[in-house]
Amino acid sequence: MKGYDKRKINKSERISTLVKDLYEKMPEIEASRAELLTQSYEKTEGEAVITRKAKAFYHILKYLPIRIRNQELIVGSTTIAPRGCQTYPEFSYTWLEEEFDTVETRSADPFFISEDTKKRLKKANEYWKGKTTSELATSYMAEETLRAMKHNFFTPGNYFYNGVGHVTVQYEEVLRIGLEGIKERAAKELEGCKVYDPDYGTKRRFLEGVILSCEGVIQYARRYGALAKAMAGREKDSRRKKELLRISQICERVPAYPAESFYEACQSFWFIQQVLQIESSGHSISPGRFDQYMYPYYEKDLKEGKITPEFAQELIDCLWVKLNDLNKCRDAASAEGFAGYSLFQNLIVGGQTKEGRDATNDLSFMCITASEHVFLPMPSLSIRVWHGSNQDLLIRAAELTRTGIGLPAYYNDEVIIPALMHRGATLEEARNYNIIGCVEPQVPGKTDGWHDAAFFNMCRPLEMVFSNGYDKGEIASIQTGDVESFKTFEEFLEAYKKQMEYNIELMVNGDNAIDMAHAALAPLPFESCLVDDCIKRGISAQEGGAVYNFTGPQGFGIANVADSLYTVKKLVFEEKKISMGELKAALEMNFGKGFGKEKALEVALQVAREVEKEGKEVTKDLISKVIGQVLEYELPEEQKNRYREIHEMILALPKYGNDVDEVDEIAREAAYLYTRPLEKYENPRGGKYQAGLYPVSANVPLGAQTGATPDGRLAYTPVADGVGPTSGFDVSGPTASCNSVAKLDHAIASNGTLFNMKMHPTAMAGEKGLENFVSLIRGYFDQQGMHMQFNVVDRATLLDAQKHPEKYSGLIVRVAGYSALFTTLSKSLQDDIIKRTEQAAVR
Amino acid sequence: MEEYLNVSGRIFDIQRYSIHDGPGIRTIVFLKGCALRCKWCCNPESQSFEIETMVINGKPKIMGKDVTVEEVMETVKKDLPYYRRSQGGITLSGGECTLQPEFSKGLLKASKEMGISTAIESTAYADYEKIEKLLPYLDYYLMDIKHINAKKHKEYTGQDNKRILENAKRIAESGETELIIRVPVVPGFNDTKEELLEIAYFAQKLRGVRELHLLPYHAYGKGKYEGLNREYPMGEVKTPEPEKMKLFKEVIEEKTSMRCQLGG
Repeated sequence: MKGYDKRKINKSERISTLVKDLYEKMPEIEASRAELLTQSYEKTEGEAVITRKAKAFYHILKYLPIRIRNQELIVGSTTIAPRGCQTYPEFSYTWLEEEFDTVETRSADPFFISEDTKKRLKKANEYWKGKTTSELATSYMAEETLRAMKHNFFTPGNYFYNGVGHVTVQYEEVLRIGLEGIKERAAKELEGCKVYDPDYGTKRRFLEGVILSCEGVIQYARRYGALAKAMAGREKDSRRKKELLRISQICERVPAYPAESFYEACQSFWFIQQVLQIESSGHSISPGRFDQYMYPYYEKDLKEGKITPEFAQELIDCLWVKLNDLNKCRDAASAEGFAGYSLFQNLIVGGQTKEGRDATNDLSFMCITASEHVFLPMPSLSIRVWHGSNQDLLIRAAELTRTGIGLPAYYNDEVIIPALMHRGATLEEARNYNIIGCVEPQVPGKTDGWHDAAFFNMCRPLEMVFSNGYDKGEIASIQTGDVESFKTFEEFLEAYKKQMEYNIELMVNGDNAIDMAHAALAPLPFESCLVDDCIKRGISAQEGGAVYNFTGPQGFGIANVADSLYTVKKLVFEEKKISMGELKAALEMNFGKGFGKEKALEVALQVAREVEKEGKEVTKDLISKVIGQVLEYELPEEQKNRYREIHEMILALPKYGNDVDEVDEIAREAAYLYTRPLEKYENPRGGKYQAGLYPVSANVPLGAQTGATPDGRLAYTPVADGVGPTSGFDVSGPTASCNSVAKLDHAIASNGTLFNMKMHPTAMAGEKGLENFVSLIRGYFDQQGMHMQFNVVDRATLLDAQKHPEKYSGLIVRVAGYSALFTTLSKSLQDDIIKRTEQAAVR
Repeated sequence: MEEYLNVSGRIFDIQRYSIHDGPGIRTIVFLKGCALRCKWCCNPESQSFEIETMVINGKPKIMGKDVTVEEVMETVKKDLPYYRRSQGGITLSGGECTLQPEFSKGLLKASKEMGISTAIESTAYADYEKIEKLLPYLDYYLMDIKHINAKKHKEYTGQDNKRILENAKRIAESGETELIIRVPVVPGFNDTKEELLEIAYFAQKLRGVRELHLLPYHAYGKGKYEGLNREYPMGEVKTPEPEKMKLFKEVIEEKTSMRCQLGG
């Protein structure tokens, strides 16, 4: 058996400096990209959309201010300020203008924005009125879809307001043949185009766009080459001077030409990773199997004595820092859903080769070491686990997990490979899968997966069963009959099924509308030339150029729905301890636990609508009177006690997450109510829908719009996270929790499932602790679980960090499919993380 | 159905994902009833064989339930995948499992039939004939030896240690199971180099015994005494300092051939 270099190389001082500089200030919004984009667009009115996109991309790369930061070995920064962000008005912009004055002080992911930037952005944005993808998407949507979105059944906010991203491009091709090689490929295809071909016009413009985009990137890299040279000329320190000269030489060569060393490969990789995020605001642009495609360059250099492991480690560390230099400003609501400034650049190590052998190499270990060195949220480091996994690598990964960074996330090849083959991938392609963003598996370089296409709150259709389609005083969904008229649990379940199916249809309508808007207005020539088979087909990925096309919206709230259905089945229909009417009233009255502002507003709105319906005027006085009454409303003692009694009865029932078959089977069925209907829908790119089961961090903001549910969850509190049990309901230890979750059908949720687990540091102490931890993961995976990730931090630490954020600026926690600095999260999300059950080993 | 699956016994808890009581990930079955009354006992609800009520977080909870071997195995086998991956299994604890020998034997035998590794945590304060029944099905015997001095042993545990030390020798001689000696390190009782070394010397003479675990006293059980309306015998005694524990380990490993482990 082959041995690996498993040494833990020490962190260089440079890395500490880079990290410190990166996090010195609050990130800032800059205006250059928006201005350059608009300048170019103003000059290209009337030209083909793809041509306009390519020209704008070229123009931006030609004039975007560039910077080489202090001590950097890998260069290329999208903004002047570290961790800054550009804006993308072609997708949407009004939210930002509306939030100009609050974006700096908001709770989730604040950004600094100067008065000058505001002015410049306002001017650039003017051009985009009526021209954005979000406006076109809205015009494509059905009225019911807009209504369903207003009532928070689902939110497709991600791509509605931003670029799509969520892709892994062919980095290995750029390393192998350079962008010159890609250009040549496009040129050859162009040569083959005949003027009489039916798609001659569009194909030609697309391929020309590809060539121009590649030239733009090559030129952008050379600007860095020139800058490095100029800086070297001024540099006093001889060591740094030498470094700058080397950077200059490298940027002259890559990504234009094939990489000839590991250093060149790293820099070439970085330019691609960076400019993809200049082209569009889509996040989750995922480096994928970095240890695999980079290894040949490392191995060759090492063999020829051209590199030391120490320097290679430093380069990898530098790349890791750069991945954190990229940033994105989202609207306030989305920022809550994706909290933690995350760009979800997922990088995965280990697993198996296309031939089905263990893929572990030295770089797999070095990637883990790099995450330990930089100790930052990016990349979203992942590891593939399979029956033949290298145990040393898993132990090394567990060691990283134990630091509390929340990385890596663990993925099960044995479930994902067949799941992808079921969706059409070949055996070799499936074995070569990587993860996009949070947890979404796909075939790299060939897929436009539209992962993360929407969040679907599975609790809302359940509410509609009780309200017979009414929400806030108006019809919001289909009517499935008076809930009190249902004679059997099956009738109740049937109604829920109908509510689900109806709203899923609408979500599909919404996603398709957005999809069409991107195809029409935002085809991406550069991204597309690195995704098969766009060049051959002569269309962008956005128009269906990729080999594999999916739309993957994710449902969440399985735990709540499962426990809720169990309550109804057990207490209402089997044991008849409460009547459906009582349960309905108890939910409306939040189990007698009183209401906050949200409910008061909701009732006020309802009253206002009814007053309006009667043709009377709604006054401010009336509204505040209603709100006051709701807030002060006291239920009669007797009723209150009954509702509380009902709540107690519900809480005493067995819950999902404790390995109780009767409940877990309901959870499995509940998940099917989301995953199965989706399979039948198609998207405009000629691909299929596939379900994911995870909320990123949207379970918190979307939970805040969901009333009390029959599982005992109080109104407006977070919905359960991922596929895991409700926080605090899993009381039988981690193996029981894992077993419950493993009973879901993960393979059908081929857009990914997410299982968060919180471990107490003591449960991982010592070598034995690490081994047992790995065994826990493997035991879960043996039962066909798909993904697992961990927060290893004690409750006391998190509580203290809430009180004294200044002491914990480096504290990283696992949020959803990614890690984030705890102190940058909103208070409610922090609370949710603290609540997730901490699984300590039993003493 | 096999007869032994129907044997019933009295337990008060089953804990899954236990990683400090034998190798790997284990499920611990806590049997009710013990002959000793150790002052530091962290499971006072285990001592009496009678079913009793203990108040936990303000709510009364019945401690003690009669179950069959088969019923217990329903829970135990749920974690088979984790045992396989970690070489873990079942651990009988208590209370004292040798006081319910037929039930314990049933559990161990049923586990072996399923390929599950077996361990017991035991005081060995029982007739050897009862202990002997378990040995053919037992992979690990985690035996407490708390003190070599008979008088002190009796004072702190309520029982003489003669039978325990005698049984230790016989179990070791049987060669049927891997015997591991565990010592609760209790301030004021045995937390001196001399007293611990005495135990280590004894252990080193036992045939095949190589491992000694030192378990620092902790007061996690205090609340349970309140819940049972009993006085906590240890008062305000503190957990031994980690440095002190480390020193004990070093001394034992220097003076004897035992591998010494801190914690379970």
